[in-house]
Amino acid sequence: MIPPKRKNPLLRTRAALQPPAARSRTALGITAAAARGGFALQVCAACQAVQYPPREICGTCLHDGLAWRAVPPEGTLIAATTIRVTADPYFRERTPWRTGMVAMDAGPAVIAHLPAGVAQGDRVRLAQKLDRAGQGAMVALPLAQPGDLLDDPMMREMTCDPKDRRVLVTDGRHAVGQDVARAMLAAGARVWLGVAETWRPFAAVEGAETIELDLTDADSVHRCAASHGGRLEIVVNTGLHTRPGGILERGDLTTARVEMEAAYFGPMRLAQAIGPALRARAADGTHPACAWVNVLSVYALANLPSWGAYSASQSAALSLSQALRADLRPIRVVNALIGPLDDEWHQAVPPPKLAPAALASAIVKALRDGVEEVAVGDVAQDILARFRDDPKILERELAS
Amino acid sequence: MTKPTRRGYDGIVVAAPTTIPYERYSIHGAQRWIGQALAAALKRAGLRPADLDGFCCSSFSLGLDTAIGLTQHFGISPRWLDHIPMGGASAIVALRRAARAVQAGDADIVACVAGDTNHPDSFRQQLTGFSRFSTDAVYPYGAGGPNMSFALLTDAYMRTYGATREDFGRICVSQRTNALSTPHALMKRPLTMAQYLAARPIADPVALFDCVMPCAGAEAFLVMRDDTARALNLPSARLLSTIERHNAFAADPIQLRGGWAVDRDELYGMAGVAPADIDLLETYDDYPVIVMMQFEDLGFCAKGEGPAFVRAHDLTARGDFPHNTSGGQLSVGQAGAAGGHLGLVEAIRQLTGETLGAKVADAKVAMASGFGMINYDRGLCSGAAILGVDG
Ligand SMILES: [Zn+2]
Repeated sequence: MIPPKRKNPLLRTRAALQPPAARSRTALGITAAAARGGFALQVCAACQAVQYPPREICGTCLHDGLAWRAVPPEGTLIAATTIRVTADPYFRERTPWRTGMVAMDAGPAVIAHLPAGVAQGDRVRLAQKLDRAGQGAMVALPLAQPGDLLDDPMMREMTCDPKDRRVLVTDGRHAVGQDVARAMLAAGARVWLGVAETWRPFAAVEGAETIELDLTDADSVHRCAASHGGRLEIVVNTGLHTRPGGILERGDLTTARVEMEAAYFGPMRLAQAIGPALRARAADGTHPACAWVNVLSVYALANLPSWGAYSASQSAALSLSQALRADLRPIRVVNALIGPLDDEWHQAVPPPKLAPAALASAIVKALRDGVEEVAVGDVAQDILARFRDDPKILERELAS
Repeated sequence: MTKPTRRGYDGIVVAAPTTIPYERYSIHGAQRWIGQALAAALKRAGLRPADLDGFCCSSFSLGLDTAIGLTQHFGISPRWLDHIPMGGASAIVALRRAARAVQAGDADIVACVAGDTNHPDSFRQQLTGFSRFSTDAVYPYGAGGPNMSFALLTDAYMRTYGATREDFGRICVSQRTNALSTPHALMKRPLTMAQYLAARPIADPVALFDCVMPCAGAEAFLVMRDDTARALNLPSARLLSTIERHNAFAADPIQLRGGWAVDRDELYGMAGVAPADIDLLETYDDYPVIVMMQFEDLGFCAKGEGPAFVRAHDLTARGDFPHNTSGGQLSVGQAGAAGGHLGLVEAIRQLTGETLGAKVADAKVAMASGFGMINYDRGLCSGAAILGVDG
């Protein structure tokens, strides 16, 4: 593997522009599907016609019941162009840019981004990907995907492959941080692994460079930002401080304050210290800064009262991630939602429990897929499905 | 039940073909361009603003104004008013509505005016908010604008019917020849086939000379009864027939034909003429592929034979198939919605002997066609009209 060339520091830094972000509210259905790694179009409840572009009314029978459904994404590329002149500053920096028209087997004709290599007449599979504005976009991919698809310049705009990127993993004292570091190394990244109070014993990860980082300590965060903030492309915030306990049984705020430091104030401190530099480098060179990953408990969505204070801290962290998603754009904020980990704090919790290594590989996959949200493991997927079905029902279920 | 025959346009004429010379950029608003064209058309007819009782306007750059705001701005008090947001089809649609209004007596004299201004960033701004479908499903895909959309249509047309870039070049080169004698054409230098083929690519296979230059400008004409025109001592052309169609062939996966193909028999039947009787044709020429489609779909050749047709004919004003005789938008410039009026205004000029540039010898019957509104992947509006003069 040949690493990408270092950027010549004398060259102008490409500004962190975003592609056109305006969409109708209806069209955000594509953004939602892309954020979760799905593929959905509106389907008419009355006549089953598949709709595109997104509509308020069926273009076949005038019915107003159009629900987003998974539909077969295959089609044929019937026309293509290479755009060389564009009105938009983001695309102007990225021309030549290929687009094409796909006649979907399901019916609609779709204008889509094209990677190199797909040609008129080819069978293709449409995918919905988030672009650098954080909006869903249609991408036409070859049916047999080449191994280097993620290296295509168009796909690089839609995804966050760790390969050849520099990654900060915040908490090397936790098994999750260690396994994320290993997974990132295996994916071809260079890894800095943060460890608080390095004078205390810790287990180093071979290949990762240990740096002193304590998110609860402002000085430590600023030292890290000063030395590494300008050369990071991905940040994985794995800070987990998982302690059981309901609100009443704890009796005081001591543990809750530690939980909030770990889940909320610490990541906020880090974001304030390195977020501006990360965002400023979001289009710099061939492997620009691209992602901020959070590991969050799925009980951020709905409180699990037996872990009530911890759940609340995770809700704060989830809300923080949503704010950061807007502030850091075009940096992608990815949330990995998890159930109980197979670690020392969940010994009393029955299986299924999530192995840190499985979480780590799911994070790498989420970055390669370019999604914003992934539920990792059976429990997280189950809770997320219940949450999407009805948050109020889930709240009551968790309180039994 | 048999379909009733459409009523003809007996006694309805068009007159006072008017162009306000185009400028690449203008510091003025569209209101000024439209007002100048209205004033010039009225002056040509010897009319005062108070004599005008019908007004129809088309523009992309009026901001929040429509035709009603312009009545106060211009100090006119029409009893019939319309605003037509159909881009390149606006002129034909305006003509159809105005003709029926005059025929029914709802108005005596209707001014059909289109105009737009152009500032350095207005084209991009217009693209970003052109339509709901384009905001959601076109502009985010490279922001190539109409160049991208027509590149896809051109690519599909070339692959389906074997057209080459030279075939499109014949259209562009002959229009440039026509434009050289048009005083207000923005393109003033001759264009050779070699230059056409060597032009900078814009969105493959569309290159520089396949694209119109956005500019500021305005066009206008008057619709009235023939006795009104006689009383004004105003040269005029008779309206023989028209067609209009929207969102035709919606099931076609990509646009290789336009709505003209649905209605062309009615167009010729109503006028009582055949394609061979047309002395000059003014097509909507935002891109040459659309011109070729009009040759086919308006019945001048069979579907797919557009490439052979352009190889077999001389499309200049003095050739055997005079086409876009002022140079068309490709050489004169595209003044926004006025681009749809350019061809119709030129057709009137040729028939009434008021040409500014190249004149088609002995022109008696002319056709003008319109095409507009790439809402998503294709132009939705199509229309055409046949005009004639006695003799
Ligand atoms: Zn329907």
